[in-house]
Amino acid sequence: MTLIATESLTKTYGGRVTALADLTVAVEPGIIGLVGANGAGKSTLIKILLGLLPPTSGRVSVLDLDPTTDPAAVRARVGYMPEHEALPPDLSAAELVTHLGRMSGLPRTVARERASETLRHVGLYEERYRPVGGYSTGMKQRVKLAQALVHDPDLLLLDEPTNGLDPAGRDAMLALVHRIGTEFGISVLVCSHLLGEVERICDTLVAIDGGRLLRADRIDAMTSATDVLAVEVSEGTDQLAGRLATLDLPVTRDGRMLLVPLVDERTYDLILGAVAELDLPLHRLDQRRHRVAELFAPREPSNA
Amino acid sequence: MPEPTGVIHDIGYQRYTGPRLGRRHVFGALYLHGLRTVFGLGRSAKAKIFPWLVVGIVTVVAAGLAAVRSQLGEVVMTYAQFADAMSWLVIFFVAVAAPELVSRDLRSGVLPLYFSRPLPRDDYALAKLLSLVSALWLLLGGPQLVMFLAAAFTTSDGLRGTWNELLDLLPGLLYAGLWAVVFAAIGLLVASLTGKRAFAAGGIVAVFLMTTPIVGVLSILPSHAVNELAFLASPSTLVGGVGTWALGDLLVPEGQGGGMPIGSFGPVYAIVAVLLVTACTALLLLRYRKVAAR
Repeated sequence: MTLIATESLTKTYGGRVTALADLTVAVEPGIIGLVGANGAGKSTLIKILLGLLPPTSGRVSVLDLDPTTDPAAVRARVGYMPEHEALPPDLSAAELVTHLGRMSGLPRTVARERASETLRHVGLYEERYRPVGGYSTGMKQRVKLAQALVHDPDLLLLDEPTNGLDPAGRDAMLALVHRIGTEFGISVLVCSHLLGEVERICDTLVAIDGGRLLRADRIDAMTSATDVLAVEVSEGTDQLAGRLATLDLPVTRDGRMLLVPLVDERTYDLILGAVAELDLPLHRLDQRRHRVAELFAPREPSNA
Repeated sequence: MPEPTGVIHDIGYQRYTGPRLGRRHVFGALYLHGLRTVFGLGRSAKAKIFPWLVVGIVTVVAAGLAAVRSQLGEVVMTYAQFADAMSWLVIFFVAVAAPELVSRDLRSGVLPLYFSRPLPRDDYALAKLLSLVSALWLLLGGPQLVMFLAAAFTTSDGLRGTWNELLDLLPGLLYAGLWAVVFAAIGLLVASLTGKRAFAAGGIVAVFLMTTPIVGVLSILPSHAVNELAFLASPSTLVGGVGTWALGDLLVPEGQGGGMPIGSFGPVYAIVAVLLVTACTALLLLRYRKVAAR
């Protein structure tokens, strides 16, 4: 089954602003990262998937349903977490999620049960009876996630779920999304402008820019390259680069850092040996995953 | 070996395979939720003060009227007149209830959570409108029922008296329904334009009160036809005009004078009232079409 498929999907606002241009992409169930800068067309795509906006041209299908002709059927099986503040401050999380569960067609008692269960799954316990107005940003994001999950959808659309969270909160939210995608068996589309964030939890990555598709692929196909070591010395960077080159290590420069592909444990020893021999002040030496970002980095002109 | 008791197992996430209710049930749930919201049920104590104050006032007035009627046998107000007399209270009630129903949702940004669900956007607006209509009708009709019960139990004509009383009550309830529909349609449309509750309340009161002087000016112009059509200019007098035409002496008993000098323009009033409600509802739906696309 194809989870989401678009074919030459185009959306222009008022005939002038192009939000999506000829986007053709098909993704399988799993955790999908939708990456792009602000204004790349991520939110527009989500609204089209929900059937809230009609596309200017092209075709789209979600869970093998067409949101342009049968939006209610799509929305019954999809949960949506918007990017912006979306919670009435004077209701408690339990009341709000119960009410929204009923709006998704759950019977009254089921809505109440599932509301407290999903709130527990996202990590809200006794707090759920307090008004949402007093919640921290992290708790509010969890409530927004819970309301998207309350009716047990087959697909979650999360628009910037880590927005406004501190690093610990981001990690917790990403771990939660990962759990939903793997343990709960619900497909997730995560939107973000931070590639480094979503690449950690996704199976598939879709990158768009200016409404156009940059690349869509499974993440293991993208990061087949090995990990790299980043070396930074306070002085003598050129000297070290020369020395490492003579040791047959393919060194690349990245600003003040040297990047060396990590072949095996010996690579560490070779680098540390070289630094010690040259008697350079070592600032840092750490392992970095080969970042998907590099796949999207603009190619530098060959002749400056 | 038996399992130890008293241990809570985390059974993990459970998929839901039970029934999912259709559009009608969702509409009903939203409607009931709206009706409860208007009266502050399921909300903070502060939100209950005003609605129940108004309910208290209309009930006390109705009880007073019923007492006078049963003790002195004097009809101070007909059922329909009761609705007219309470119109000021209704205006303030709408000014509080309508923003509570729609402006709050606009301001908190909760609407995307509604519109990403199967519920069609028109259903959202119509359910809210129906909640407000019902609430206003209960507000005006409930006290009439009190008056009816008092009159029915103290009537000296037996069953026939009760039956006559019922025939008086029913037009009164219909008239209350007209008040409810006109005021709810206008009030909700105004409230749906802004997310700020204070602005919405001010706007609603302004629409109802600012139009009254226009009626005053039109009714002293030197044209007889304009005088008779003057009451179209304000929602309250428009409803009064329809009542005068449709209910006649059920609204204002003979000998009391009063009534509205609308001449033979009665049907015009009825048509304008229908058009006004239709237009307000259509604009409300259009408004939510725009909001939903954002």
